[in-house]
Amino acid sequence: MSNNLSNQAVQDNVDLNGGETVLEVKDLVVQYVVKKQVVEAVNGISFSLKKGKAIGLVGETGAGKTTTALAILNLVPDPPGIIKNGSINVCGHDMLSLAPGELEKIRGKDVSMIFQDPMTSLNPVMSVGEQIAESVRLHEHVGKREAIQRAMEMLELVGIPGERAVDYPHQFSGGMKQRVVIAIALACNPRVLIADEPTTALDVTIQAQVLSMMNDLKDKFGTALVMITHDLGVVSKMCDDVAVVYAGRVVESGTLEDVFNSTMHPYTEGLFNSLPNLDNREAELKPIPGLMPDPTNLPKGCAFAPRCKYATAACREKTLEIRHVSDTHTVMCSRYDEPDFHIEGWQ
Amino acid sequence: MSRESTATVSRISEKYQREPRILMTWKRLRTNVGAIIGLVILLAIILAMLYSFFFISYADITKMDGKNKYAPPSAEHPFGTDEMGRDLFKRCVYGARYSVAIAFGAVGFGLIIGVFFGSISGYFGGTVDMVIMRLTDIISSIPGTLLGMVIVTILGAKLVNLLIAVGVSCIAGFIRLSRASVLTVRSNEYVESARAIGMSEFRIIFTQVLPNSISPLIVSATARMGTSVLAAAGLSFLGFGVAVPLPEWGALISGSRNFLTYAPHLCYFPGLCIMALAFACALLGDGLRDALDPKLNK
Repeated sequence: MSNNLSNQAVQDNVDLNGGETVLEVKDLVVQYVVKKQVVEAVNGISFSLKKGKAIGLVGETGAGKTTTALAILNLVPDPPGIIKNGSINVCGHDMLSLAPGELEKIRGKDVSMIFQDPMTSLNPVMSVGEQIAESVRLHEHVGKREAIQRAMEMLELVGIPGERAVDYPHQFSGGMKQRVVIAIALACNPRVLIADEPTTALDVTIQAQVLSMMNDLKDKFGTALVMITHDLGVVSKMCDDVAVVYAGRVVESGTLEDVFNSTMHPYTEGLFNSLPNLDNREAELKPIPGLMPDPTNLPKGCAFAPRCKYATAACREKTLEIRHVSDTHTVMCSRYDEPDFHIEGWQ
Repeated sequence: MSRESTATVSRISEKYQREPRILMTWKRLRTNVGAIIGLVILLAIILAMLYSFFFISYADITKMDGKNKYAPPSAEHPFGTDEMGRDLFKRCVYGARYSVAIAFGAVGFGLIIGVFFGSISGYFGGTVDMVIMRLTDIISSIPGTLLGMVIVTILGAKLVNLLIAVGVSCIAGFIRLSRASVLTVRSNEYVESARAIGMSEFRIIFTQVLPNSISPLIVSATARMGTSVLAAAGLSFLGFGVAVPLPEWGALISGSRNFLTYAPHLCYFPGLCIMALAFACALLGDGLRDALDPKLNK
């Protein structure tokens, strides 16, 4: 989607396609200043999300996905984090200019977040019912009794018997804890839910359960979902749109179809190639050579150039620009300046 | 959701209402033998204290008996008599009010102030932390007794001031301890999650951080109760505390040290009283720590 279109969407709150834009991140730049070194975590990420849709932020560890998520809630730890530039709009609220009191009203109510590790995201000395009720009572004027009632309904909704509201987190398994975390995040029916690697800490069978439950809840409540993950399988199951993040930039974005079936960026291609091939089990994995560049010392041109088999000398010098391939599909690669350049594609 | 499960939910919800946290804590505490022993001793001391309010007058504890000096324990005088023939049992029972007040008052005072500043310091960090911790360093660089003497001199020799003086000297310890436990708790993801659902910073401190950092504080506070009684005794002995004829337990011990060789019971009984109080507090504190921790629930 072009920037013009999404700008319009925020102003009118109605997009041309009919869906309401609930989240808009524009040119976000976040840096961490540690002992005079500047860690350039996020370098101009933009994306937007419509009501009921899901976008996947994909990328390897340290690409700036979690920092982006925290920035959406304006929770980047400060110090050392500084949001240098950009705007974040959640349901018409400019998250970066609101007072702390206002932000507290929006967090949990309009936008909520699920953290990576369910083992540590629950308070060990409060029963899970109380923790869900707490979330309800923060945003709605209901009595304690009613809040507990709501908490139990939420538990039933995520597939845990309501009676277990009196139990403490250590009495639940990892997958159930993550369900409780999801129940807390969804207790006030937020319009945007950010899930930061919600299934990374779970084993594969539980992952599948939790994901399909999240999918159901998303459809039921019309919650827009920002799915942060490094698992392309999760993306294909959960998301409508994909943004591939590398060194704090969105290097390729588009619909699931665009990114998966007409991959444009060499990094995305590398990601797909590093997946095990189910049809040919003898085949060796083809990992992307090298490591992500040091975020305190990013190269001037394309940050992926040192690892890219298509890179030319010009790649390391040219300033990157977003290239619109179609209405939905963008890519950030200087090689496409050459009219007949194309990548090999992944198998 | 089906009607059936809604019914279950409301039934459970009632159950939830009927069993508040205090009751659950008590249920767990009840199974801890040590805690019950501590509780019984503490109740006995408190009952004795209440008894003394109604049945032991000031005249009773100052009544001298020249013929009965240094009498060893007997049926008439269960704890014996002191150098002026005063009944030590009555004096000890009467003195319970001071020692209990000091044990709970001074520690409570220190705990509230210490935990308040300590948790702010640990939670917010940065400049706030720096300022609070340097002030703490200054306070703890002054010997406790000296600090107590200065405070009592400024405020005047009264029980309340003695209590404040003893309390101030344990503030530094509580600040350090609560800061350290808050530091370990605040980096947990549930604190981050609480922020993400829109909880305010102060609410996070009170509902997330403090309940998780309370165990070392409870243990330390109960251990402090014994030493506070002794610290108050030291101040009383130096003349900065409860005035001489009043039988504060520590004052009784320090007053009787001259007769230790031929009337040791004058030291033993008040000493046993202090020990019983400190012991009861420690046992109860230990049990309370376990009862408040849901993970140790069987």
